[in-house]
Amino acid sequence: MADASNASQVAAKWRKKRGSLIMALHEIQDVKGYVDWSDAVELAQGMGVSLARIYEVLTFYNFFKLKAPGKAVISVCTGTACYLKGNDKVLEKFKSELGIGEGESTADGMFHLQCVRCVGCCGLAPVCVVNGKTYGRMTPDNVPAILDEWRETFKEN
Amino acid sequence: MADIDLEKRFDIHEIAKNKLAEIEKFVCNIYCCHSTGCKSSGSDDILDLIKNIVAEHKLEEKIRIVATGCMGLCAQGPLIRVEIKGQQDRLFKRIDLNAAKLIMEKYVIPALDKKVAIVKELEPFVLSLDLPFFKKQEKVVLKNAGHMDPEDISEYMARGGYLALEKALKTMTPAQVVDEIKRSGLRGRGGGGFSTGMKWELAAKVPTVDEKFIICNGDEGDPGAYMDRSILEGDPHAVIEGMMIAAYAIGATEGWFYVRAEYPLAVERLQKAIKACKKNLLLGNNIMGTNFSFNIDIRLGAGAFVCGEETALIHSIEGARGTPRPRPPYPTNKGLWEKPSCVNNVETLANVSKILLKGADWFASFGTETSKGTKVFALTGQVEHSGLIEVPMGTTINEIVNEIGGGVPAGKKLKAVQTGGPSGGVIPAKYMDMPVCYEELKKVGSIMGSGGMIVIDDSSDMVSLAKFYLDFTVDESCGKCAPCRIGGRQMLALLDKINRGKGKKKDLELLRRIAFAMQKASLCGLGQTAPNPVLSTLKFYESEYTNKLVDGKE
Repeated sequence: MADASNASQVAAKWRKKRGSLIMALHEIQDVKGYVDWSDAVELAQGMGVSLARIYEVLTFYNFFKLKAPGKAVISVCTGTACYLKGNDKVLEKFKSELGIGEGESTADGMFHLQCVRCVGCCGLAPVCVVNGKTYGRMTPDNVPAILDEWRETFKEN
Repeated sequence: MADIDLEKRFDIHEIAKNKLAEIEKFVCNIYCCHSTGCKSSGSDDILDLIKNIVAEHKLEEKIRIVATGCMGLCAQGPLIRVEIKGQQDRLFKRIDLNAAKLIMEKYVIPALDKKVAIVKELEPFVLSLDLPFFKKQEKVVLKNAGHMDPEDISEYMARGGYLALEKALKTMTPAQVVDEIKRSGLRGRGGGGFSTGMKWELAAKVPTVDEKFIICNGDEGDPGAYMDRSILEGDPHAVIEGMMIAAYAIGATEGWFYVRAEYPLAVERLQKAIKACKKNLLLGNNIMGTNFSFNIDIRLGAGAFVCGEETALIHSIEGARGTPRPRPPYPTNKGLWEKPSCVNNVETLANVSKILLKGADWFASFGTETSKGTKVFALTGQVEHSGLIEVPMGTTINEIVNEIGGGVPAGKKLKAVQTGGPSGGVIPAKYMDMPVCYEELKKVGSIMGSGGMIVIDDSSDMVSLAKFYLDFTVDESCGKCAPCRIGGRQMLALLDKINRGKGKKKDLELLRRIAFAMQKASLCGLGQTAPNPVLSTLKFYESEYTNKLVDGKE
């Protein structure tokens, strides 16, 4: 139960500090990629916060995930600059190539597709981010190559 | 005696002097833009390559390589600026590894000894510093961004950093600081435009029983805007210094930064800057040997636009859902943990140290009668030179879009400019000579907002654009109050119906009525302003709506 102990450690680190629940949740998600039921229970016990409070916070904020996303998380920017420059077509291409919708993961657990509100690279619009790597000046034609690049990355590991 | 040593070690004048002497030794400075935009186009690798080339040629003593914050012209990134003694400064655009190698071998290294011209191979990468994009700007807040290493506190001090704090702490009373800011006419840069000096005055009046807070709002959620991110990435110490001066002015005991989790680089640089301040005894007890004690901590957002609203932001720091509450009581009376709190935007705080150093009159010399100083805009959308700009208040839209921005790309015509993001409205091309300031923008149904300026060309459909913004606010509505939660959905359903060609004339009337109810009855700014993009496009482009109606075509 390596994950579980992580949640306890995080709880111990933050329990005495003020305004720390969201920071603690960030730390758990940074390591694990999401925050699941057992993390929430441990955090509740460790920090002395009710489970209901943790659940309402987890579900309120878009940033937190309750289920494991795919290995490669594809974030398509839907900020205004990207919208004007046609990122909706890029999103459609990702959907059709992967056969999944927004907020879904592929059956093999490889890709997760999500939309994000402005990554702040508007000068490079339209923009997509995969696991922290940014792809600027996107066109639908770039999509297959990006997917192949990440399939290759995870094959090596 | 130990005390004297300590004071000397952390004397900001001494640190600044030593840093300046160190910089002076170099023949050449290479500034490599290292902000989110340029980093995503590979500036990390470029930086490594340049470092390697310098090492290979054993030029470490001649060439200084600086990873900087945003240089502004993001669309042409990655950018590199080369300053060599005796040569004119050069700016290079769209650099890749090959280009970087070429620049080093064909320009930088030969130019260290003699004057050299730009060779033909390098011409495509040269970006003229005489472009109106650079010439027409007035940099106050962005003065340091792109000119120094944001992660080096001594470089900030070498550029006059923390002198304003020293001036405030050692020569001014808190009331004098408040007065100076009030006289400068600085208004909140987050969008509201409330007088910063007045806010500080209100906060200062509330007695500090045990604790009082200053909070920096870095929850820049407007899609298509990245001013605050660039300021935090390019010059984090300026914001910290502004916060410390604010804390002194209002009697705050602790400071909180609330920054979007989507901005990891800004958070990292802020963390490093706070750490450097602590190391240099600029945070902690008895700062600069005075009675002023202060500490700063960071809290992250988690992807909720509504947390830009101050009461929602406070709830979020407290570890709860980011829902707003009715005001009054205002945070200046009852804020974080029910303690008096003053919430200021990133750009607002970044202005503070400059005002104290150069004076309220200097600051008030920029801008219009009621909007003083400069404003940073993220100029994006269908415009040639998309990027981060700073202009005096009162600059016309035409100057911003057509001169600084270089106009819309060839073949298309300017249709409108959108400001204020999902809370703002469109400004049609016929108003291009309008000066950009709080009042004028309001007159045409838009707002200043935080500084997103999106250029729209004639290929864009305004009904879809309005729907795009409303989609956003409906998604981001926290759901607490009915006008916003239900009104937004109903308006979206009507827009969808119109877009599908099923709308009728009476639907436009219904749109207006729901919008009115939302504006009047919503709890916070999100709901009150959510109808703006629809109302403003309806006002100026009603025919685009009626053309889609079943019974509207003439």
